[in-house]
Amino acid sequence: MHEKKPIITIKGNREGLTLMIDDEVPFEEALVELKDKLQSTQQNKNEPLVSVKVQSGNRFVDEEKRDRLRVMIEEDNHFKVTAIETNVVHRDEALRWKEESGIKRTHRIIRSGQVLKVTGDLLLIGDVNPGGKVMATGNIYVLGNLFGIAHAGYKGDRNTFIAASYMKPTQLRIADYISRAPDYVADGVYMECGVIDDNEDKIIIDSLKLLSRKRNEISGFERRMQNG
Amino acid sequence: MGEAIVITSGKGGVGKTTTTANIGTALALMEKKVCLIDTDIGLRNLDVIMGLENRIIYDIVDVVEGRCRLNQALIRDKRFDSLTLLPAAQTSDKSAVTTEGMKKIVAELKQEYDYIIIDCPAGIEQGFQNAIAGADRAIVVTNPEKSSVRDADRIIGLLEQEDMTEAPRLIINRIRNHMMQSGDIMEVDEIVQLLAIDLIGIVIDDEEVIKASNNGEPVALNPNPKASIAYRNIARRILGENVPLQSLEEEKGIFQRFKKFIGMRS
Repeated sequence: MHEKKPIITIKGNREGLTLMIDDEVPFEEALVELKDKLQSTQQNKNEPLVSVKVQSGNRFVDEEKRDRLRVMIEEDNHFKVTAIETNVVHRDEALRWKEESGIKRTHRIIRSGQVLKVTGDLLLIGDVNPGGKVMATGNIYVLGNLFGIAHAGYKGDRNTFIAASYMKPTQLRIADYISRAPDYVADGVYMECGVIDDNEDKIIIDSLKLLSRKRNEISGFERRMQNG
Repeated sequence: MGEAIVITSGKGGVGKTTTTANIGTALALMEKKVCLIDTDIGLRNLDVIMGLENRIIYDIVDVVEGRCRLNQALIRDKRFDSLTLLPAAQTSDKSAVTTEGMKKIVAELKQEYDYIIIDCPAGIEQGFQNAIAGADRAIVVTNPEKSSVRDADRIIGLLEQEDMTEAPRLIINRIRNHMMQSGDIMEVDEIVQLLAIDLIGIVIDDEEVIKASNNGEPVALNPNPKASIAYRNIARRILGENVPLQSLEEEKGIFQRFKKFIGMRS
């Protein structure tokens, strides 16, 4: 007989509690055990809420199970579930992540009247001519001249940006923001990017250096995974 | 086995028909067998520019609908035996011809002619689809102005989806040198960079062209005007000759030297 692993392990640190659920017992069994454990804990109702991170190991936790866990931990307790982590993701979700976080690479010219629409980031090697349009759910990188319309984060992600070797767009759109070219004749700019400036509440165009300051997180793949 | 070239532009009034007439004439001058097809049904005028209006008996719609044989509808040019015209109908509309009908006509003509030059109507509807249906390659005509270049870009996008043997090539027509130099209109380099296709010729805006078209004598027949030389150069490039593109300044220089030579003030 090997030593029996505890079904529920609770660890505490400065940030709160970490609650580990053994992934080899049936979920219902684990819930019963969890209920026991929670009831046996002593809590001071006057202290602020304790944040709880649930780690469910190699167990797949779907939305329904997440809800049940959350309700059980938070109900009648002085806990706040901040995250439910699991090592497994559903195949469909993984594929969706891959799709959304991947870079779609295309080399062609987007001419007047043509629309290129992708899920994820778009790396276009070529120009977007006036009257042409590129759209992506993520960021847009144009290795070429951007004369037409570019719409980053068209499904609503405001943290996306548009970068181009040469930027003289008819319009820049990021999520639900739109900016258009000025009415006076202006030269385009080289190696610049468009992002939403939260202070001014509009799209600004600035040097690519801005990205390293402002959108540090964008470059990180894992960060994007966690954001979904 | 001949080659079918469609002359198109998207926008109207940039000089498709004039270009068709002149390239056809220039090719005929070089002893090629050429057939011009006017596909602008309902608004034909290639016949007028060629000065052949009074000889039309049958037209392309008659051929498609089987009222005559293809050979009966072809009009022989006044000046060259090797040049013929298949006129458009003036009474029907663009739907009178289908892409299939067009392909059949072009395929038949290719047996007999070296070059079939197809004059495309303005727009991107049925008439355009018909005109490009049988073509092996395309020449896009544009003027150095934004709206015309924008439409050319659209047309190139559509042509790239077609199954042609070669990428489309570009003619920049009606260039006014002084305006280009002062920056009031788009420059040749700027247009070529934007459209990203090979340039096959540039044609100066020349009153001789208007005069000649009005008289039903394509300007390419006259060896002197700048525009005529430009059209002849385009024809030579179609034949595969390597004719350098003259810069606008050079062209002007040659022209002035020429004028001096024949004793004009320049």
